Amino acid sequence: MLQRRALVASLLEHRPANMVVVSSLGNPTWDVASVGDHELNFNFIGAMGQAGPFALGLAMAKPDKRIVLFAGDGELLMSLGVLATIANQAPANLAVVALDNESYVETGNQPTATAGPTDLEAVARACGFVQTRSVVEEVPLDDIRDMVWGGEGPLFVNIKIVAETLPLVFPYSFDGATAMNRFRGAVNDSKMG
Amino acid sequence: MISQENPSIWQDQLYDSLRRHDITLFSYVPDAGHAIIINRSLNDPNATSVPLTTEEEGVALLAGAHLGDQRGVLLMQSSGVGNCINMLSLIAIGRFPFVTVISMRGDFGEQNPWQFPMGQGTQPCLEAMGTRCYRVETSSEVAPAVDAATGMAYRSDQSVAILLSQRLIGAKKF
Repeated sequence: MLQRRALVASLLEHRPANMVVVSSLGNPTWDVASVGDHELNFNFIGAMGQAGPFALGLAMAKPDKRIVLFAGDGELLMSLGVLATIANQAPANLAVVALDNESYVETGNQPTATAGPTDLEAVARACGFVQTRSVVEEVPLDDIRDMVWGGEGPLFVNIKIVAETLPLVFPYSFDGATAMNRFRGAVNDSKMG
Repeated sequence: MISQENPSIWQDQLYDSLRRHDITLFSYVPDAGHAIIINRSLNDPNATSVPLTTEEEGVALLAGAHLGDQRGVLLMQSSGVGNCINMLSLIAIGRFPFVTVISMRGDFGEQNPWQFPMGQGTQPCLEAMGTRCYRVETSSEVAPAVDAATGMAYRSDQSVAILLSQRLIGAKKF
Protein backbone atom coordinates (compact mmCIF):
# COMPACT_ATOMS: atom_id res chain seq x y z
CA MET A 1 0.00 0.00 0.00
CA LEU A 2 1.07 3.57 -0.69
CA GLN A 3 1.73 6.37 1.76
CA ARG A 4 -0.99 8.97 1.19
CA ARG A 5 1.05 12.15 1.62
CA ALA A 6 3.81 11.03 -0.76
CA LEU A 7 1.20 9.95 -3.28
CA VAL A 8 -0.75 13.22 -3.17
CA ALA A 9 2.46 15.23 -3.33
CA SER A 10 3.55 13.34 -6.44
CA LEU A 11 0.22 14.22 -8.09
CA LEU A 12 0.33 17.92 -7.15
CA GLU A 13 3.96 19.01 -7.40
CA HIS A 14 4.68 20.77 -10.71
CA ARG A 15 1.05 20.24 -11.67
CA PRO A 16 -0.26 21.46 -15.04
CA ALA A 17 -1.32 25.11 -15.08
CA ASN A 18 -4.92 24.26 -15.94
CA MET A 19 -5.33 21.72 -13.12
CA VAL A 20 -7.98 22.49 -10.51
CA VAL A 21 -8.18 20.42 -7.33
CA VAL A 22 -11.17 19.60 -5.13
CA SER A 23 -10.70 17.59 -1.94
CA SER A 24 -13.31 15.95 0.25
CA LEU A 25 -13.76 16.38 3.96
CA GLY A 26 -11.01 15.28 6.29
CA ASN A 27 -7.78 13.62 5.37
CA PRO A 28 -7.91 14.33 1.61
CA THR A 29 -8.11 18.04 2.46
CA TRP A 30 -5.20 17.82 4.92
CA ASP A 31 -3.21 15.83 2.32
CA VAL A 32 -3.74 18.44 -0.39
CA ALA A 33 -2.91 21.26 2.03
CA SER A 34 0.28 19.47 3.06
CA VAL A 35 1.67 19.98 -0.45
CA GLY A 36 1.26 23.75 -0.11
CA ASP A 37 -1.33 26.43 -0.68
CA HIS A 38 -2.66 26.91 -4.22
CA GLU A 39 -5.41 29.26 -5.34
CA LEU A 40 -6.84 26.59 -7.65
CA ASN A 41 -7.59 24.26 -4.72
CA PHE A 42 -11.06 24.02 -3.16
CA ASN A 43 -11.06 22.03 0.05
CA PHE A 44 -14.14 20.67 1.80
CA ILE A 45 -14.01 20.81 5.60
CA GLY A 46 -17.60 19.63 6.00
CA ALA A 47 -20.61 18.72 3.83
CA MET A 48 -19.55 15.06 3.65
CA GLY A 49 -20.64 12.95 0.71
CA GLN A 50 -21.09 15.47 -2.08
CA ALA A 51 -17.64 16.65 -3.14
CA GLY A 52 -18.24 14.60 -6.30
CA PRO A 53 -21.22 16.58 -7.64
CA PHE A 54 -19.40 19.77 -6.68
CA ALA A 55 -16.44 18.70 -8.84
CA LEU A 56 -18.88 17.68 -11.58
CA GLY A 57 -20.54 21.11 -11.62
CA LEU A 58 -17.13 22.72 -11.86
CA ALA A 59 -16.00 20.35 -14.61
CA MET A 60 -19.12 21.05 -16.67
CA ALA A 61 -18.80 24.82 -16.23
CA LYS A 62 -15.06 24.81 -17.01
CA PRO A 63 -14.38 22.31 -19.79
CA ASP A 64 -10.96 23.90 -20.43
CA LYS A 65 -9.77 23.02 -16.92
CA ARG A 66 -8.59 19.65 -15.65
CA ILE A 67 -10.58 18.90 -12.50
CA VAL A 68 -9.06 16.40 -10.06
CA LEU A 69 -11.09 15.27 -7.05
CA PHE A 70 -9.39 13.62 -4.08
CA ALA A 71 -11.98 11.73 -2.04
CA GLY A 72 -11.81 9.27 0.82
CA ASP A 73 -13.51 5.89 0.88
CA GLY A 74 -15.90 7.08 3.62
CA GLU A 75 -16.89 10.09 1.51
CA LEU A 76 -17.60 7.96 -1.56
CA LEU A 77 -19.42 5.22 0.34
CA MET A 78 -21.79 7.79 1.83
CA SER A 79 -23.21 8.57 -1.63
CA LEU A 80 -22.42 5.90 -4.21
CA GLY A 81 -25.12 7.36 -6.47
CA VAL A 82 -22.77 10.28 -7.08
CA LEU A 83 -20.66 8.01 -9.30
CA ALA A 84 -23.69 7.28 -11.50
CA THR A 85 -24.52 10.98 -11.77
CA ILE A 86 -20.95 11.81 -12.81
CA ALA A 87 -20.65 8.98 -15.32
CA ASN A 88 -24.02 9.89 -16.83
CA GLN A 89 -22.74 13.40 -17.61
CA ALA A 90 -19.37 11.98 -18.76
CA PRO A 91 -17.11 14.99 -18.23
CA ALA A 92 -13.90 14.24 -20.17
CA ASN A 93 -11.95 16.65 -17.93
CA LEU A 94 -12.72 15.05 -14.55
CA ALA A 95 -10.50 12.59 -12.68
CA VAL A 96 -11.54 11.06 -9.35
CA VAL A 97 -8.74 9.83 -7.09
CA ALA A 98 -10.10 7.64 -4.29
CA LEU A 99 -7.78 7.53 -1.30
CA ASP A 100 -8.94 4.22 0.14
CA ASN A 101 -7.57 3.34 3.56
CA GLU A 102 -10.53 1.06 4.33
CA SER A 103 -11.31 2.94 7.50
CA TYR A 104 -12.61 6.06 9.19
CA VAL A 105 -9.21 7.05 10.56
CA GLU A 106 -10.28 10.40 12.00
CA THR A 107 -12.87 8.86 14.28
CA GLY A 108 -10.77 5.96 15.56
CA ASN A 109 -10.04 3.58 12.69
CA GLN A 110 -13.44 1.96 12.36
CA PRO A 111 -13.43 -0.25 9.22
CA THR A 112 -15.48 0.82 6.19
CA ALA A 113 -17.18 -1.45 3.67
CA THR A 114 -14.03 -1.37 1.50
CA ALA A 115 -12.30 -3.32 4.28
CA GLY A 116 -15.00 -5.89 3.52
CA PRO A 117 -16.44 -6.84 0.16
CA THR A 118 -16.96 -3.45 -1.49
CA ASP A 119 -14.73 -2.49 -4.42
CA LEU A 120 -15.04 1.18 -5.34
CA GLU A 121 -13.30 0.75 -8.70
CA ALA A 122 -15.87 -1.89 -9.65
CA VAL A 123 -18.67 0.47 -8.61
CA ALA A 124 -17.24 3.26 -10.74
CA ARG A 125 -16.78 0.92 -13.71
CA ALA A 126 -20.33 -0.37 -13.39
CA CYS A 127 -21.61 3.21 -13.23
CA GLY A 128 -19.93 3.91 -16.56
CA PHE A 129 -16.66 5.73 -15.89
CA VAL A 130 -14.71 5.47 -19.15
CA GLN A 131 -11.43 4.54 -17.43
CA THR A 132 -10.94 2.93 -14.05
CA ARG A 133 -7.94 1.48 -12.26
CA SER A 134 -7.09 -0.02 -8.90
CA VAL A 135 -3.71 0.42 -7.32
CA VAL A 136 -3.14 -1.98 -4.46
CA GLU A 137 0.64 -2.25 -4.31
CA GLU A 138 3.63 0.01 -4.81
CA VAL A 139 3.75 1.09 -8.45
CA PRO A 140 5.72 3.82 -10.20
CA LEU A 141 3.98 7.05 -9.28
CA ASP A 142 4.63 8.36 -12.80
CA ASP A 143 2.04 5.91 -14.13
CA ILE A 144 -0.68 7.19 -11.83
CA ARG A 145 0.31 10.80 -12.44
CA ASP A 146 0.05 10.48 -16.22
CA MET A 147 -3.44 9.06 -15.91
CA VAL A 148 -4.67 11.61 -13.39
CA TRP A 149 -3.20 14.58 -15.23
CA GLY A 150 -4.08 13.62 -18.76
CA GLY A 151 -6.22 10.51 -19.12
CA GLU A 152 -9.61 10.80 -20.77
CA GLY A 153 -12.36 11.21 -18.23
CA PRO A 154 -14.44 10.64 -16.44
CA LEU A 155 -11.79 8.44 -14.91
CA PHE A 156 -11.57 6.82 -11.50
CA VAL A 157 -8.44 5.57 -9.74
CA ASN A 158 -8.88 3.68 -6.51
CA ILE A 159 -5.66 3.70 -4.54
CA LYS A 160 -5.23 1.58 -1.46
CA ILE A 161 -3.28 3.60 1.08
CA VAL A 162 -1.91 2.95 4.54
CA ALA A 163 -4.38 3.76 7.33
CA GLU A 164 -2.31 6.21 9.36
CA THR A 165 -2.93 9.18 11.60
CA LEU A 166 -0.90 12.13 10.37
CA PRO A 167 -0.47 15.73 11.51
CA LEU A 168 -3.37 17.92 10.39
CA VAL A 169 -2.42 20.52 7.80
CA PHE A 170 -5.09 23.17 7.37
CA PRO A 171 -5.97 24.80 4.04
CA TYR A 172 -6.04 28.52 3.17
CA SER A 173 -9.13 29.43 5.16
CA PHE A 174 -11.77 27.73 7.28
CA ASP A 175 -14.17 30.47 6.24
CA GLY A 176 -16.07 29.08 3.27
CA ALA A 177 -16.88 32.44 1.70
CA THR A 178 -13.24 33.55 1.86
CA ALA A 179 -12.04 30.32 0.28
CA MET A 180 -14.84 30.34 -2.28
CA ASN A 181 -14.22 33.89 -3.45
CA ARG A 182 -10.48 33.42 -3.88
CA PHE A 183 -10.97 30.17 -5.76
CA ARG A 184 -13.74 31.58 -7.98
CA GLY A 185 -11.58 34.55 -8.93
CA ALA A 186 -8.66 32.31 -9.77
CA VAL A 187 -10.67 29.84 -11.84
CA ASN A 188 -12.42 32.49 -13.90
CA ASP A 189 -9.75 35.18 -14.26
CA SER A 190 -6.69 33.03 -14.38
CA LYS A 191 -4.57 33.28 -17.50
CA MET A 192 -3.23 29.81 -16.77
CA GLY A 193 -5.90 27.85 -18.59
CA MET B 1 -54.91 15.30 -10.79
CA ILE B 2 -57.11 17.97 -9.24
CA SER B 3 -55.54 20.74 -11.28
CA GLN B 4 -56.01 24.38 -10.36
CA GLU B 5 -54.21 26.07 -13.26
CA ASN B 6 -53.13 25.09 -16.76
CA PRO B 7 -49.63 23.70 -16.17
CA SER B 8 -48.45 24.19 -19.74
CA ILE B 9 -48.81 27.96 -19.29
CA TRP B 10 -47.19 28.54 -15.93
CA GLN B 11 -44.45 25.92 -16.38
CA ASP B 12 -43.44 27.49 -19.69
CA GLN B 13 -43.40 30.88 -18.00
CA LEU B 14 -41.26 29.46 -15.23
CA TYR B 15 -38.76 27.99 -17.68
CA ASP B 16 -38.60 31.16 -19.76
CA SER B 17 -38.07 33.27 -16.64
CA LEU B 18 -35.21 31.08 -15.42
CA ARG B 19 -33.53 31.20 -18.85
CA ARG B 20 -33.97 34.98 -19.00
CA HIS B 21 -31.84 35.14 -15.86
CA ASP B 22 -29.05 33.14 -17.55
CA ILE B 23 -29.83 29.91 -15.73
CA THR B 24 -28.52 27.16 -17.99
CA LEU B 25 -27.97 24.19 -15.64
CA PHE B 26 -31.17 22.34 -14.74
CA SER B 27 -30.67 19.63 -12.10
CA TYR B 28 -33.49 17.55 -10.69
CA VAL B 29 -35.04 14.50 -9.20
CA PRO B 30 -38.17 14.55 -11.35
CA ASP B 31 -41.63 15.45 -10.18
CA ALA B 32 -44.78 15.73 -12.24
CA GLY B 33 -44.99 19.40 -11.26
CA HIS B 34 -41.70 20.01 -13.10
CA ALA B 35 -42.27 17.77 -16.13
CA ILE B 36 -42.59 20.53 -18.71
CA ILE B 37 -39.60 22.44 -17.36
CA ILE B 38 -37.43 19.31 -17.40
CA ASN B 39 -38.48 18.44 -20.94
CA ARG B 40 -37.71 21.94 -22.13
CA SER B 41 -34.24 21.74 -20.57
CA LEU B 42 -33.65 18.43 -22.35
CA ASN B 43 -34.60 20.01 -25.69
CA ASP B 44 -32.79 23.31 -25.19
CA PRO B 45 -29.41 23.31 -27.00
CA ASN B 46 -28.20 26.12 -24.73
CA ALA B 47 -29.11 24.38 -21.47
CA THR B 48 -27.72 21.38 -19.62
CA SER B 49 -30.07 18.90 -18.02
CA VAL B 50 -28.72 16.82 -15.12
CA PRO B 51 -30.77 14.04 -13.53
CA LEU B 52 -29.65 13.37 -9.95
CA THR B 53 -29.80 10.20 -7.87
CA THR B 54 -30.72 12.25 -4.80
CA GLU B 55 -31.55 15.90 -4.35
CA GLU B 56 -28.53 16.82 -2.24
CA GLU B 57 -26.32 16.21 -5.26
CA GLY B 58 -27.97 19.22 -6.88
CA VAL B 59 -26.98 21.47 -3.99
CA ALA B 60 -23.29 20.60 -4.39
CA LEU B 61 -23.49 20.55 -8.20
CA LEU B 62 -24.81 24.11 -8.33
CA ALA B 63 -22.14 25.30 -5.88
CA GLY B 64 -19.41 23.84 -8.09
CA ALA B 65 -21.00 25.31 -11.21
CA HIS B 66 -21.09 28.73 -9.56
CA LEU B 67 -17.35 28.54 -9.03
CA GLY B 68 -17.11 27.99 -12.77
CA ASP B 69 -19.40 31.00 -13.34
CA GLN B 70 -22.42 29.02 -14.51
CA ARG B 71 -25.92 29.51 -13.11
CA GLY B 72 -28.27 26.67 -12.30
CA VAL B 73 -31.40 25.65 -10.49
CA LEU B 74 -32.42 22.61 -8.44
CA LEU B 75 -35.90 21.29 -9.23
CA MET B 76 -37.39 18.93 -6.67
CA GLN B 77 -40.47 17.82 -4.82
CA SER B 78 -40.83 18.90 -1.20
CA SER B 79 -40.04 15.34 -0.07
CA GLY B 80 -36.53 15.86 -1.49
CA VAL B 81 -35.84 18.81 0.79
CA GLY B 82 -35.19 16.41 3.63
CA ASN B 83 -32.38 14.86 1.61
CA CYS B 84 -30.64 18.24 1.25
CA ILE B 85 -30.39 19.52 4.78
CA ASN B 86 -26.74 18.92 5.66
CA MET B 87 -25.60 19.93 2.17
CA LEU B 88 -27.23 23.33 2.66
CA SER B 89 -24.43 23.97 5.15
CA LEU B 90 -22.13 24.19 2.10
CA ILE B 91 -24.34 26.96 0.68
CA ALA B 92 -24.45 28.77 4.03
CA ILE B 93 -20.75 28.59 4.89
CA GLY B 94 -19.65 29.58 1.39
CA ARG B 95 -22.41 32.19 0.95
CA PHE B 96 -23.12 30.56 -2.40
CA PRO B 97 -26.04 31.90 -4.43
CA PHE B 98 -28.65 29.14 -4.57
CA VAL B 99 -32.05 28.87 -6.27
CA THR B 100 -34.36 25.90 -5.91
CA VAL B 101 -37.91 25.48 -7.23
CA ILE B 102 -39.89 23.05 -5.10
CA SER B 103 -43.21 21.48 -6.01
CA MET B 104 -45.14 20.99 -2.79
CA ARG B 105 -46.72 17.81 -1.49
CA GLY B 106 -48.57 17.40 1.80
CA ASP B 107 -50.17 20.70 1.01
CA PHE B 108 -53.57 22.03 -0.12
CA GLY B 109 -55.74 19.10 -1.16
CA GLU B 110 -53.14 16.33 -0.61
CA GLN B 111 -54.64 12.84 -1.02
CA ASN B 112 -51.66 10.77 0.20
CA PRO B 113 -51.08 10.81 3.95
CA TRP B 114 -47.44 9.73 3.57
CA GLN B 115 -46.72 13.13 2.03
CA PHE B 116 -47.86 15.24 4.98
CA PRO B 117 -44.89 14.95 7.37
CA MET B 118 -42.21 16.20 4.98
CA GLY B 119 -44.65 18.58 3.34
CA GLN B 120 -45.25 20.22 6.69
CA GLY B 121 -41.53 20.18 7.47
CA THR B 122 -40.32 21.62 4.18
CA GLN B 123 -40.35 25.33 4.95
CA PRO B 124 -39.18 25.06 8.60
CA CYS B 125 -36.26 22.81 7.56
CA LEU B 126 -35.18 25.13 4.75
CA GLU B 127 -35.43 28.19 6.97
CA ALA B 128 -33.49 26.48 9.74
CA MET B 129 -30.63 26.07 7.25
CA GLY B 130 -30.74 29.69 6.12
CA THR B 131 -32.78 29.37 2.94
CA ARG B 132 -35.46 32.00 2.31
CA CYS B 133 -38.79 30.60 1.19
CA TYR B 134 -41.42 32.23 -0.99
CA ARG B 135 -44.71 30.49 -1.72
CA VAL B 136 -46.38 30.79 -5.09
CA GLU B 137 -50.14 30.18 -5.11
CA THR B 138 -51.20 31.38 -8.59
CA SER B 139 -49.68 31.37 -12.07
CA SER B 140 -49.43 35.17 -12.12
CA GLU B 141 -46.91 34.97 -9.26
CA VAL B 142 -44.53 32.56 -11.01
CA ALA B 143 -42.43 34.90 -13.14
CA PRO B 144 -42.14 37.61 -10.47
CA ALA B 145 -40.99 34.95 -7.99
CA VAL B 146 -38.21 33.88 -10.36
CA ASP B 147 -37.18 37.52 -10.85
CA ALA B 148 -37.04 38.00 -7.09
CA ALA B 149 -35.24 34.75 -6.32
CA THR B 150 -32.53 35.09 -8.97
CA GLY B 151 -31.92 38.72 -8.01
CA MET B 152 -31.56 37.84 -4.35
CA ALA B 153 -29.31 34.89 -5.14
CA TYR B 154 -26.98 36.37 -7.72
CA ARG B 155 -26.84 39.97 -6.55
CA SER B 156 -27.03 39.34 -2.80
CA ASP B 157 -25.58 35.84 -2.35
CA GLN B 158 -28.77 34.46 -0.84
CA SER B 159 -30.17 30.94 -0.74
CA VAL B 160 -33.75 31.08 -2.01
CA ALA B 161 -36.52 28.50 -2.44
CA ILE B 162 -39.66 29.03 -4.50
CA LEU B 163 -42.39 26.77 -3.11
CA LEU B 164 -45.02 25.93 -5.71
CA SER B 165 -48.27 25.40 -3.80
CA GLN B 166 -50.64 22.59 -4.56
CA ARG B 167 -53.20 25.33 -5.22
CA LEU B 168 -51.08 26.03 -8.31
CA ILE B 169 -49.92 22.57 -9.32
CA GLY B 170 -52.95 20.60 -8.18
CA ALA B 171 -53.07 17.60 -5.86
CA LYS B 172 -52.30 14.10 -7.15
CA LYS B 173 -54.63 11.27 -6.19
CA PHE B 174 -51.81 9.34 -4.48
